[in-house]
Amino acid sequence: MDLLVVLSFEALKAVASLALISVGLAIIFGMMRVINLAHGEFLMLGGYAAIVATKAGVNIWVATLLVSPLVVGLFGVVIERTIIRFLYGRPRDTMLATWGLSLFLVGLATTVFGNTTEGISAPAGSLQIGDYRIAAYSLIIIVIAIAVFAAIWAVFRFTRYGLIARSTMQNADMAAALGVNPSRVYAVTFGVGAGLAGLAGGVMAPITGIVPTIGAAYVAKAFITVIGGGPAILAGTVSASVLFGAIDQIITYLSTPVIGEVALLAAAVVLLRFMPQGITGRFFRRAA
Amino acid sequence: MTSPDCILETRGLEKRFGGVVAIASVDFRLKQRELRCLIGPNGAGKSTFFKMLTAQLKPTTGQILFDGVDITRAQPHQVSRLGIGIKNQVPDVFNNLTVAENISVAARSRHGKARAAAKGKDVMERLGLTALTGRLVGELAHGQRQWVELAMVVALEPKLILLDEPAAGMTADETNKTAELIREVNKSAAIVVVEHDMQFIKQIAQTVTVFHQGRVLIEDTMDKVQGNELVREVYLGKSEDD
Amino acid sequence: MTANWQGNGGLVAATVLGLVLLLALPQIVDPVMMIELTSYVIMAILALSLGLIWGYGGILCFGQSAFFGIGAYAYAIAVINFGDSTIPLLLSIVVPGLFAALLGYFLFYARITDVYFGVITLTVTLILYKVMGATSGSQYVIGAAPLGGYNGIPAVPPLNLPGRPDVALSFDGLFYLSGLTLLAVYVGLRLMLKSRFGQVVVAIRENERRAELLGYDARFYKLATFAIGGAIAGLAGCLFANWGMFISPDVFGLAQSAQVIIWVIVGGTGTLLGPIVGCFAIQWIATKLGAQQLLNANLVLGTILIGFVLLVPKGVVPTVSDALRRLKFRPYVAPLVEQRRVP
Repeated sequence: MDLLVVLSFEALKAVASLALISVGLAIIFGMMRVINLAHGEFLMLGGYAAIVATKAGVNIWVATLLVSPLVVGLFGVVIERTIIRFLYGRPRDTMLATWGLSLFLVGLATTVFGNTTEGISAPAGSLQIGDYRIAAYSLIIIVIAIAVFAAIWAVFRFTRYGLIARSTMQNADMAAALGVNPSRVYAVTFGVGAGLAGLAGGVMAPITGIVPTIGAAYVAKAFITVIGGGPAILAGTVSASVLFGAIDQIITYLSTPVIGEVALLAAAVVLLRFMPQGITGRFFRRAA
Repeated sequence: MTSPDCILETRGLEKRFGGVVAIASVDFRLKQRELRCLIGPNGAGKSTFFKMLTAQLKPTTGQILFDGVDITRAQPHQVSRLGIGIKNQVPDVFNNLTVAENISVAARSRHGKARAAAKGKDVMERLGLTALTGRLVGELAHGQRQWVELAMVVALEPKLILLDEPAAGMTADETNKTAELIREVNKSAAIVVVEHDMQFIKQIAQTVTVFHQGRVLIEDTMDKVQGNELVREVYLGKSEDD
Repeated sequence: MTANWQGNGGLVAATVLGLVLLLALPQIVDPVMMIELTSYVIMAILALSLGLIWGYGGILCFGQSAFFGIGAYAYAIAVINFGDSTIPLLLSIVVPGLFAALLGYFLFYARITDVYFGVITLTVTLILYKVMGATSGSQYVIGAAPLGGYNGIPAVPPLNLPGRPDVALSFDGLFYLSGLTLLAVYVGLRLMLKSRFGQVVVAIRENERRAELLGYDARFYKLATFAIGGAIAGLAGCLFANWGMFISPDVFGLAQSAQVIIWVIVGGTGTLLGPIVGCFAIQWIATKLGAQQLLNANLVLGTILIGFVLLVPKGVVPTVSDALRRLKFRPYVAPLVEQRRVP
């Protein structure tokens, strides 16, 4: 019984982590139909922002939950204004440019921070469940993921930006015809997506530690989740995270984390064979 | 099944986009080597109908039979191989290839190297494209690109040719030439033409089918259709398309 | 840029030039530089494979290094087991070709968008990196070949005369073999692109729906192009394993995948010369960067990639040849339609 609780908890944590590291990518993809190949490096920047702020004496919660998303979000807006906006309507070129950005950021981080792992310790102890101990920080990740998704849902549902965002997702031309300035929507969207990546990077930093190349460790899973989920941001990310998180966790439990990741990729490839638009492209076309 | 002289038949063909019905229960029959004109106001479903016949769109319900074969769930290339050629509404060509390359790609789909070359040369001569062979299609005028697409379709030697607005954007001279070409090709293939240009329709029409709001309104000779009250109402009441 | 003026005369000239360079370079270049040059030549074969898939097939493959790496590993594992290199060489071509065909079957027949295609192929190579990295330990052995995890497989035996494992390829021999392979792949691809198959591949890139309405199954042609490109990349991987006599998961890494993309975009998509030129230029820059400590190589490569996407999206070779064309035909009015380019 205790084992079952622990395993379910671990599965829930896997799903929450997957959703958290993917949601920034999903927002940019859902709104702009572009995969940001520098997503992993945005996570990396979020991690470094948290570490630098903590070392400078900032409270760790403020550092991970506030400094990381703000720093990376602002950086995202700058990137959108200086690079991305010249490439609207050219999704292939946007991907290539963000790949260039990804390399650039790895190089920059290596130059500034060096090629060593930096870390901060997790600001929480452990919980006792029967004979098992679990890291309390895992619980915090689950709570943060739920809070983030609830907040995004509320923004989409109740704010003017949410309305504009949903209409842009449905039909960018129509939204433009209604007087929405798509270029501003895109700038804000890219910033929000980057900020959420930064948040995820900050939150994950105490668990994984940070090196300049850590982005590569995250992105494969995040790409699969977003593509498997399809264009609907919330429904897509959540459903794909549940599906892939569960597959990953089960296979990992039975074999190794690497085989878990292979299973995840294989599942995504097979899924796309039958649902080329991802889960939500097939089932919830109108969902946000 | 289909009667032997029938090359194309649709049964209860229907296409819905979400809640919108683009084509509603169309039963359409076309005889071997028939020349049919399809008219109707914008949004009547003519292009949607063509796209379903060539597997560019999957029907919601209904059945399409071509030459005795059910092609309702076929792939576009299979439909082409069975013998349906289509000229789409907007020039649908290979812009960054030359005129000769465009036509060669079409001709070699059905013929070996030597026959394809002969066929391509013949088609280009017939359509007066010989002087343009080395030009990139993307650099040509709209009317010329229409000719290139037409040439590609003819080079396929299909049993059924679907022409979506073949005379759009053409001069009076070019229009006459197109009508002449259609009559000539019609000697060996059935043809369905969608057009808004009534002068052009009169030049070639035998039987005319009128589409309205996704349904067949009337199907008769050009004279009868022109005299029909319902048709006048549909056209004059709703749009200025003729 | 599949310009017609590059007729058979051009092809013969290119072949002769290639042979002359192949014979002359070892005479005029110092031995240390020859080692570098040999790796450039091998990488140029890899660049050509992506030049075919991306530039002519219009297929956005971000994981070309996956096939390169699979070819290298297939060769290394097989040659350690077999001793003689003939079958391992064939395997280094066939295995990645089949892998590309399998992957392509799922992706092309699902008709997924090219954004998805790019991401999936990139993910494949990233995961191969992790998979091969996780093979350290004595249980990960294929026949006599330990996989070695991130440390890779050391002491990969060189190619030998078919059936004569005792007559191994010398280092000079590897340069000549790689050069001839590059030339053969180049000429072979040029001829293939002139054939009906090549014409159809380009037509599908230009307008997939039109090609299908003319009776061509675009899914099949893309699959075939992808498999051919995968096989060529695998052959390059085999030569690379010979060059270093060593192979590690780094061949699957993000840096390697990015490099191939950069070679092709810098040189120019839609040409075969472009990827070769881009490969030599960028590799030379990378070698120079490796020799200094001031600027990080990733920093420079990332800047180059962003710069080319924004400023020279057609790449060097098409841009230069367009400029030449404009000089040559002065009255020529620039086409109103978009240029020949596959972004």
